[in-house]
Amino acid sequence: MPEIKVTPLGAGQDVGRSCILVSIAGKNVMLDCGMHMGYNDDRRFPDFSYITQNGRLTDFLDCVIISHFHLDHCGALPYFSEMVGYDGPIYMTHPTKAICPILLEDYRKITVDKKGETNFFTSQMIKDCMKKVVAVHLHQTVQVDEELEIKAYYAGHVLGAAMFQIKVGCESVVYTGDYNMTPDRHLGAAWIDKCRPDLLISESTYATTIRDSKRCRERDFLKKVHETVERGGKVLIPVFALGRAQELCILLETFWERMNLKAPIYFSTGLTEKANHYYKLFITWTNQKIRKTFVQRNMFEFKHIKAFDRAFADNPGPMVVFATPGMLHAGQSLQIFRKWAGNEKNMVIMPGYCVQGTVGHKILSGQRKLEMEGRQILEVKMQVEYMSFSAHADAKGIMQLIRQAEPRNVLLVHGEAKKMEFLKQKIEQEFHVNCYMPANGETTTILTNPSIPVDISLGLLKREAAIGPVPDAKKPKLMHGTLLMKDNSFRLVSPEQALKELGLAEHQLRFTCRVHIQDPRKEHETVLRVYNHLKGVLKDYSVQHLPDGSITVESILIQATAHSEDQGTKVLLVSWTYQDEELGSYLTALLKKGLPQSTA
Amino acid sequence: MAAHLKKRVYEEFTKVVQQQHEDLSTKKLRLTKPSKSAALHVDLCKATSPADALQYLLQFARKPVEVESVEGVVRILLEHYYKENDASVRLKIASLLGLLSKTAGFSPDCIMDDAINTLQNEKSHQVLAQLLDTLLVIGTKLPENPSVRMRLVEVACKHLTDSSHGVRNKCLQLIGCLGPVEKGVAKEAESQAAKDVQKIIGDHFNDQDPRVRTAAIKAMLQLHERGLKLQQAIYSQACKLLADDYEQVRSAAVQLIWVLSQLYPESIVPIPSSNEEIRLVDDAFGKICHMVSDGSWVVRVQAAKLLGSMQQVSSHFLEQTLDKKLMSDLRRKRTAHERAKELYSSGEFSSGRKWGDDAPKEEIDTGAVNLIESGACGAFVHGLEDEMYEVRIAAVEALCMLAQSSPSFAEKCLDFLVDMFNDEIEEVRLQSIHTMRKISHNITLREDQLDTVLAVLEDSSRDIREALHELLCCTNVSTKEGIHLALVELLKNLTKYPTDRESIWKCLKFLGSRHPTLVLPLVPELLSTHPFFDTPEPDMDDPAYIAVLVLIFNAAKSCPTMPALFSDHTFRHYAYLRDSLSHLVPALRLPGRKLVSSPVSPSITPHEDPSQQFLHQSLERVYNLQHLDPQGIQELLEFTIRDLQRLGELQSELAGMADFTATYLQCQLLLIKALQEKLWNVAAPLYLKQNALASAAAKQILEETYKMEFMYSGVESRQVVIIHHMRLQAKALQLIVTARTTRGAEPLFGMCEKFLQEVDSFQRCFISELPHMQGSFVDKLLDLMPRLVTSKPSEVVKILQTTLRQSTFLHLPLPEQLHRATANIIEPTGESDNPLRFTSGLVVALDVDATLEHVQDPQGTVKVQVLYPDGQAQLIHPKPADFRNPGPGRHRLITQVYLSHTAWTEPCQIEVRLLLAYNSNRSKASSRIPKSTWSESLEALPPSENGIEGTIPFSKPVKVYIMPKPARR
Repeated sequence: MPEIKVTPLGAGQDVGRSCILVSIAGKNVMLDCGMHMGYNDDRRFPDFSYITQNGRLTDFLDCVIISHFHLDHCGALPYFSEMVGYDGPIYMTHPTKAICPILLEDYRKITVDKKGETNFFTSQMIKDCMKKVVAVHLHQTVQVDEELEIKAYYAGHVLGAAMFQIKVGCESVVYTGDYNMTPDRHLGAAWIDKCRPDLLISESTYATTIRDSKRCRERDFLKKVHETVERGGKVLIPVFALGRAQELCILLETFWERMNLKAPIYFSTGLTEKANHYYKLFITWTNQKIRKTFVQRNMFEFKHIKAFDRAFADNPGPMVVFATPGMLHAGQSLQIFRKWAGNEKNMVIMPGYCVQGTVGHKILSGQRKLEMEGRQILEVKMQVEYMSFSAHADAKGIMQLIRQAEPRNVLLVHGEAKKMEFLKQKIEQEFHVNCYMPANGETTTILTNPSIPVDISLGLLKREAAIGPVPDAKKPKLMHGTLLMKDNSFRLVSPEQALKELGLAEHQLRFTCRVHIQDPRKEHETVLRVYNHLKGVLKDYSVQHLPDGSITVESILIQATAHSEDQGTKVLLVSWTYQDEELGSYLTALLKKGLPQSTA
Repeated sequence: MAAHLKKRVYEEFTKVVQQQHEDLSTKKLRLTKPSKSAALHVDLCKATSPADALQYLLQFARKPVEVESVEGVVRILLEHYYKENDASVRLKIASLLGLLSKTAGFSPDCIMDDAINTLQNEKSHQVLAQLLDTLLVIGTKLPENPSVRMRLVEVACKHLTDSSHGVRNKCLQLIGCLGPVEKGVAKEAESQAAKDVQKIIGDHFNDQDPRVRTAAIKAMLQLHERGLKLQQAIYSQACKLLADDYEQVRSAAVQLIWVLSQLYPESIVPIPSSNEEIRLVDDAFGKICHMVSDGSWVVRVQAAKLLGSMQQVSSHFLEQTLDKKLMSDLRRKRTAHERAKELYSSGEFSSGRKWGDDAPKEEIDTGAVNLIESGACGAFVHGLEDEMYEVRIAAVEALCMLAQSSPSFAEKCLDFLVDMFNDEIEEVRLQSIHTMRKISHNITLREDQLDTVLAVLEDSSRDIREALHELLCCTNVSTKEGIHLALVELLKNLTKYPTDRESIWKCLKFLGSRHPTLVLPLVPELLSTHPFFDTPEPDMDDPAYIAVLVLIFNAAKSCPTMPALFSDHTFRHYAYLRDSLSHLVPALRLPGRKLVSSPVSPSITPHEDPSQQFLHQSLERVYNLQHLDPQGIQELLEFTIRDLQRLGELQSELAGMADFTATYLQCQLLLIKALQEKLWNVAAPLYLKQNALASAAAKQILEETYKMEFMYSGVESRQVVIIHHMRLQAKALQLIVTARTTRGAEPLFGMCEKFLQEVDSFQRCFISELPHMQGSFVDKLLDLMPRLVTSKPSEVVKILQTTLRQSTFLHLPLPEQLHRATANIIEPTGESDNPLRFTSGLVVALDVDATLEHVQDPQGTVKVQVLYPDGQAQLIHPKPADFRNPGPGRHRLITQVYLSHTAWTEPCQIEVRLLLAYNSNRSKASSRIPKSTWSESLEALPPSENGIEGTIPFSKPVKVYIMPKPARR
């Protein structure tokens, strides 16, 4: 039985370090190659030695696929390709290929320059790694080799995020990466056709959450900002440079446009500017509104949002500032926060999750007095708001995707074990498909039942279709032919051709069967009774009574003789060739049941 | 070598073509009356290759064929059809047959047998499909012939087993269009096949080809449209098709399910995998709701649209569509809507949210959570959040329709509609505002909802703001805080967008009159009165203060206790506003004061309205004076005109009427004045100055009559006669003046001729009205007509002069409704001191935004005129798409005008105004002449005959400061 094997090296019952190995029909594919935010030791990268102890990775992997540019999906890529050594193809979408190196470079800078780590990948390695990347378009079928093909589907989440279908022959796997089933201000919703894969590997970050409508959150957010700005207060929005930041920018930009507001909006510069450039370029990857209006004006050409300068923070009057990083643990956002925290007119809006220990987490949990470095006490008088803008599918979204794709098996990754358990149970209950949730390093084997294509010659098909009743879509049809397995291909040919090809002589094969019937009458009378009976039953076939006392049904011969010992028993000899096996066996079964009593 | 060969091939090819052309032309020359069929026959016989034949056929298809020769042509074509071996030619012939049978006036039953015969031996699937298409055309041409249709359906049934999807498609289409609809008609004699078309079509719901499946469903829908009652048994089949792999099948299946749900709403269907049963319409509703989250947006739009029209669905199911249980980490969470509601009911005004305010509370039982909604659950929640705005709009429309029929649902969907006010696409926002207005009689806005609604008032789009004002006009607000909030936001809106003034006042008028009891407690605060101290008197010209007063006065109308709270200056302001903004301020019964105007009780019909009475009285007065001395007449007319103009300013609903009559009287006055000039008594050339006055009067009268005819909507033919009559008089005056001033009879001769022609055409056009015009100018003129025709010009002039003097003043009957077309340019405002700078020779776009009222067919008549300081005038025709129609009788023009000029040294002002173009040919008088198309009318009508085109300026000109700079080299 053919099987698909899946082993998560990361993201198995866990969030972060996504890396999943898939073996399908003899092909090995690695899905994502991410790092873990929570660790600073060896655990931050997947354990590639699992794939091979000695020997090159290239020999063991047919390709690597990166779903999107978040570091927990691509952070380990330079390490994997340059330091461990992999020379095979790496597939990602065009926006991912464009933005991913910026983030990798940023990550490298923080790790090496700030934290002073050695033995880390270099800028050159990032460049070399990117040279191995093959960019793909949405819905483009890429032939990795003769059998393996991959295809990208739109996934929402961030710019360029994609779901990938990996297909070998009739077996296929869909890997979702991170996806979002509800559209937002800059991206559309994930979409997949009814591709009916053998296995769907889905993320499950929000396995136990059903979210409220996006509109309420947006409205709340805008109202908060608007009110504060009208009061003359300043709004600080700490963000991470890519992803949500752009969504919020669009949101505020359009709101400013709509409401004719004049207060300035600033965005702290840095890698954002570069990334924004790509957002402008990859218009086709954004949502309907941006795609439709970009001819008049590209929505990412912000009119109201300007670059931030350190000195602006002290300017009087209202303003809105987007600053990095998103958890207020360091950098510009923290500096601005310290300046503005004392005024109750101001407001800080945290648009995402904050890790424990960061200033962001403290103020969100209601702390009003913060101890800063140097024993300073900072009193927080400004308003603190929390708005969740997350771009993962919630439980309903995941179910919706499963419904769209109609997979035969589901495997959950990228989520917490406890939450997965709930979703797994739901999936099995609602869709009646198997659902798996392997831990890291645990291999799941899925048996598949692939259909095997067989070539049939047109002549044979037409000939066989012509026999018997008119073809009906609802009923299966029996066909006769010879299956030839030759040179790794299957062909269905007519027996004559098979014989010819194989150089064999034809042998006739006849089955003969004796049926005993209790009938005291004369032989020819019995024959007549049998004849009448058959004629009555087999209306569609030609039943003939031959002058020599035998009956033919199509090519089947029936002869009756009296039993040598018992004259009351007649022996019916039924003889048929193997081609008529079906009819022949039916006939014998019929005759064995005996003749009907009344022969009138 | 290859190139050479190619060249040769081309050479040969071109040669062949040329020959054909020659042949063709000679052929045509030789035939005296070229018979279509014969020519075609010759051509086709000559064709050596299929490609040639195809060419001939293509050429043939371009020319129309007369009805008489259709049959002959068809015979020829059929003959060639049987001979032809090439499938493509046969295909073309088949399609030509279809085309020919469509010829108007041709009855195709004579060729039907032949057409059916051709099907017999045809092998090519494409040709077969085309032939079936032809049969379909033939069948549809013969609607009253059931036996023919029966035969065709039989033929189609025979070909349903064809292996090509195209053929099966066409067969199904044919059955759908021609299949018997009435039950009884299918006689026993008819074949088995034609009997139950529904079953035949239903069998193809499971066809292997999605296109055929779609065609089958479409055929079924076609049958339904033609009036056949579909069987309920199809329902289960159609439900299965909802899970089809192909979107067009699903889309059609959704329609079919909808149709069935409308046919059998009350039947009971079982729920699979349980013993329960539900109504079919509920089941179908659930299924269609499910399709709102389909993978294809086409299907989603389709499903969302159809949901709106399923009004029989039970409320339980309906309310589920808005249901969405939230959870977070397996704990139940309240939606923002629920939280907002709770906040409201707990009496606390929206507070700043704390971290964890939305923290999930109760644990949920994992077994009870249903992640895949069965049926209707949350369909609209999904639809409204959809990625494609088409789906969102469809969902909003459906919400609107359902809410209109179910008040409880309206109440529930409010939160969602309010949310849609923040959609990113303006169309969706606008649509949801309109929807809200439509269901406003069913709902009362909560404060938090009102808050969200009002936030949109700051939107920069005027459409949105105006739609919102309309919405506020008819919303119910529950609390006095709500009213206060609305007022505050509207005033904010007013300061931000001063151009919205009128719309905001109107909005407050309705808000006040709908909620008198809620306004009452707010009055002291709004008027900032104090129990002990006198407060300063507010500025009367402040639009915001007027807005507040409009609200209060309208509330006071049905709340008699309110005036007691007014301070002295309020009463004064009331009097002023009642006078100046009478359409916004109602009449109030004020204690201790004499009524400013008599109370208007609702039972009084408009005819008894005092202002209307006044209008009629003053007109009576004017018409009755016939024999006053000229001086007296003039004075009376002048006074009446003044009165009428004032009345028009005060009473907006009578403005049209008053202006119209005032204009008429003005014309009369001018005429009288002109006739009393002394010049008539003296030798003409001596009084050139006076003479200028008279001719100017004639000119002005002409202009005014055009205005009267074309600027007012609601003018009936009775008025048109009077207007034309007045114009005729003006023309007579003109003629007399010219006769007096010019020497020589030559030019006069022509003018007289023309005038008499005009009198004649007047008579022709208004023959039915003539009896009403006794004693009038034209009446007398017509009596003298025989004399006029024969006499000399000088005679004619003399006669005219006397008749003009003796003729009586015609009574102008007033129509029921009369409105003057007005235009108001909102943008540009004309207040800017910054010149619009642009490089000379290039163009600059000037945004023009104007409101038009009571303009009929603005697309055809409204023009923008730009006047440059050098006297150059430019006329711009706005695109039809630039006009919007926000309400009956109202239009809005938003367009761009392109300006360009050579370089100036200083910035200077140009004038922009709107013109109403008219064409006297299109007037109501000649409306009896059948309308011809634009180009034809230009050619057909001689330019002299009444074909006067002109324009009437009907808006105040707006000055725009511009500065074309010289181009830099």
